[in-house]
This record gives sequence, structure tokens and C-alpha cells, in this order.
Amino acid sequence: MITGTPKPIEEIMEMLEPYDNIVLAGCHGCVTVCRVGGEKEVQVLASTLRLAREAAGRTINIREVSLERQCDPEYVEQMRPYVTDYQAVLSIACGAGIQFLAEKFTTTPLLPGINTGFLGVTERQGEWSERCQGCGDCVLHLTGGICPVTRCAKSLFHGPCGGSVQGICEVDKETKCGWQLIIDRLVALNQMENYGKLKPYKGWNSSRDGGPRRIIREDMI
Amino acid sequence: MKSGSNLEKVLAAGHFSVTAECGPPRGADPDIVRKKAAFVKGNVDACNVTDNQTSVVRMSSLAGCLLIKEEGIEPLIQMVVRDRNRIALQSDLLGASAMGVRNLLCLSGDHQKFGDDPQAKNVFDIDSMQLIHLAKTMRDDGVFPSGDKLQGAPMFYIGCAVNPFADPFEIRVPRLKLKMEAGADFVQTQCIYNMEKFKKYMELAKREGLPEKIKILAGVTPLKSAGMAKFMRKMVAGMDIPDAVVNRIAAEPKEKQADKGIEMCIEQIQELKEMEGIAGVHVMAIEWEEKLAEIVGGAGLLPRPVVE
Repeated sequence: MITGTPKPIEEIMEMLEPYDNIVLAGCHGCVTVCRVGGEKEVQVLASTLRLAREAAGRTINIREVSLERQCDPEYVEQMRPYVTDYQAVLSIACGAGIQFLAEKFTTTPLLPGINTGFLGVTERQGEWSERCQGCGDCVLHLTGGICPVTRCAKSLFHGPCGGSVQGICEVDKETKCGWQLIIDRLVALNQMENYGKLKPYKGWNSSRDGGPRRIIREDMI
Repeated sequence: MKSGSNLEKVLAAGHFSVTAECGPPRGADPDIVRKKAAFVKGNVDACNVTDNQTSVVRMSSLAGCLLIKEEGIEPLIQMVVRDRNRIALQSDLLGASAMGVRNLLCLSGDHQKFGDDPQAKNVFDIDSMQLIHLAKTMRDDGVFPSGDKLQGAPMFYIGCAVNPFADPFEIRVPRLKLKMEAGADFVQTQCIYNMEKFKKYMELAKREGLPEKIKILAGVTPLKSAGMAKFMRKMVAGMDIPDAVVNRIAAEPKEKQADKGIEMCIEQIQELKEMEGIAGVHVMAIEWEEKLAEIVGGAGLLPRPVVE
């Protein structure tokens, strides 16, 4: 899923300074699963903002909505009938969702209520970690199902570097060395022959470096 | 000869080689480099110039190489893939070769987290293994990796680094083999203090026949004090300093610890000289270049051979 973290309330209050009448928009997708931008978070954030505004001697009108997904046009359109009645939309969906709203509602300012994180997994309640950078050229079949681009702090293709000690990455004591994980897994799978080969230079053009990406599936159009 | 570098010639002639390193200054003052160069001159076959080591910004490695070259020392340019993509790396390889730099060390580079710009964006477009391959392709095939022909191939004696003490140990020799196959002519190791573990590493390397295919230069760093040993052991990932080494220097009174460190380093070089498969030493006297002559001379490695 796409993960995220709430922005500090002070930062949101500052963004809202010019406005007294807004929509607060959540999303039922990834941000609901990682509990940063779902229906419940909309309610909690709206209450917090109202109280903070009252404490500052001003009121704010907040319309609370949660779309099925902010990244799909059919759901985004549900906001169209009323969006121009408000001064701004504060969205707590991921960056894709926020931008899609901005694109569809061109005369309404869009404000981000969360910081979008990464493509990751739930380790346990309250802990998520990154797994994929969406580089567009998957090599997981060669690396024991563990991504060197994402899991190695240097995205090495022939790791581990000299900073790997007892399975821990030099960058952070809480971070496992991605290449130690890869090697352990290759050994377990009896696939170490995959290690001893020079890999071609990665084509980053399928990644972000090639510019904003598009996927067109002719079979679906 | 692949590059015609002095280091290549000395090693090809079968001499036990000596390299050292010079860290460029945190500023634009060329005299700092010249002063260090004066301590290095005559004591080495080539001198590494580091490339923003530990991600702390310094004068560029290429500029440092040219400055020591002007002082009559053969430079060895260190190049990390942390800060430059393949376009910049190729361009700098061409520039370095054009300016007469004939030795190259291909490195990943310490993560930017450790430097003074931890918020910097890193590059890691290709890794150090692929940089070796890139330099070799340009040198031997006279083409860019894209396939286009070069207007003059860069000439480098290509090196790599290894840390025999990082984990997992089992992968360390296979990784050196991979670097050799990618095109490395020589390797400089991380500072060795744990000689027992290094011997094990060399046994495995010999089993793979690596000393015949790649020149292995053993890395040493003289300890200035027991405090330095403890600090390095604690702070530098993959630095293996056994208790016996720390205790030996700690047993000396503070004012004599530096001398002891030099003595231990000389002893170690003498042991390495006798070790099968070791082609030379890489003496990293960090901010202690003035001791190089004493160390290299003390180990019986002066004067340096002149090979035509």
C-alpha cells in the first residue's frame, strides 16, 4: 500500500490560516489501511481543527467527506456538486489523490494534510516499512524476492558493501542490511549462482528518472 | 601494459608495492595538498586521493590528483558512485585520463548520512562493480557503454576496494572474484588489524586462484593512540580491531602510544610482506602523512624501485 504520516497540526493550521470554510477529504484506499487518511481520521482531524480554531478565537466550517478513492475519476466527481461552495479542500489522501483533486477542481486550492510515504507493508500495528520503489523493472526472481533497489541504502546491485555488520546496515541500527537478507535467502533457496554474475547497468528510464510515467493497456481501452 | 602507470609497472616487475593516501582539504587551499605531498613523495609507487570520504565535502579528487602530480607523485584517483551518475562518471574518467591520471579506484562511497550534508540526494546510478566494468569497457574496447566509439580511450590501472571484515564473511571472497571478473586489476583492502581473520580470507582467495589474477594490496592504518583504536572500533562499521591490538597500545603510557602505533604498523607490514599472495601494502596514515617515511622505511621498503 501507499503509506503516509499526518502533518503536524501546527503546519495544517498555518495552511488553513486564510480559510474559514473548507472540505476535509479522506480516502477509503491505502490511507485508510495505514490509518492516516480514512473516514475515522477525517472525523478526528476535523474535531481537532475546530477546537484549535476556537482556541485561537476563530471558527471554521468543515465539511467532512470520504471518497472511495481519490485516485479514480468516478469517485472524485462526487465532490463536484459542492466543491465550489468552499474556499479550499484539505485532503488526507496520498499525493496522487491530492493532485488528482487539484487537477479536477481547478479553481479550488488543494492542501495536503499528510506527508505521503512509500510503497510498503504493515510489519505490526503501528509499524510500516518500505518494500518497493516502483522502478518499473522488477528483478525479484534473481534476488530471492528481496529488492536491492529498495532494501539496500545504496541500491547496490552487487552488495553488500563494507558497512554491513551482523546483518545491520551502517545507515541505521534499526535497518537490516538488504544484501544480507538477499544472500541468506539465496542460500536457503540454493540459488547462490545468481549472486556470482555481473548484472547489467540498470535502466532507470523505467523509473522516475524517465519523467512522469504512464501505463497504457490497449487491451483495456 | 594496460595503463603504463608506475604502480602497474612496479607490480608487473614483481616488486612489493607501496601506496598511500592523501585526503584533500576542506577548502580551496592548494598548499595543504602540496604539504602533504612532500611527506608522500619518494615513499610510494602511487598515492590515492580520496573522493569526499565519509561524505564530508572536500576539494575534488581530480584536482587533488593534479596537484600531487605537479609535485612529482603518481596519483591514484578514487571515484565513488554516490554523487555522480554514469554520464558524469564517464566524463570524469575521460578528463582524469586526459590529465595523465593512470590509476583508478572504483568505490561505492560512504552513505551521505555520515557527512555534513545528510539531506543530500544520493545517486547510485551504477554501483562500484559496474564502474569497474565501465572503466574496463572504455579502456579495452575503446567504446562508451552505449557502444559509441571513443575519441581516445582512457588508460587506467583499475582498482577496487574490499573489506574482508564486513559481513557476511562467506560472500567476501566471491565478491572480490566478481570485481576481478568485472575488470579490476588490483585491490586495496580495508585497514587490517585482525590478522587471523585476514589470513582466513587470503586462504579462501588463494583457493579461488585470485592472487594470480588480481594484485592484492593489504591496507594498514597506524594507530595514534588507544583512544583512536577504541573510537574506530566503535564508530566505523566493519572495522575489526581485536582486543589484543587495543590492549597492546593501551599498555603504553599516553605519550608513547603513537610510537607504539608506528612500531605495530611496521611489524604488521613485515608480516604481510611474507604472506603468500600479497602484492603490496596500502598505508592509510590518516592525517599523519608525516610518518609515512618512518613507516615505509622501517618496513624496509625504501627506496621505492624505479621501473622503466
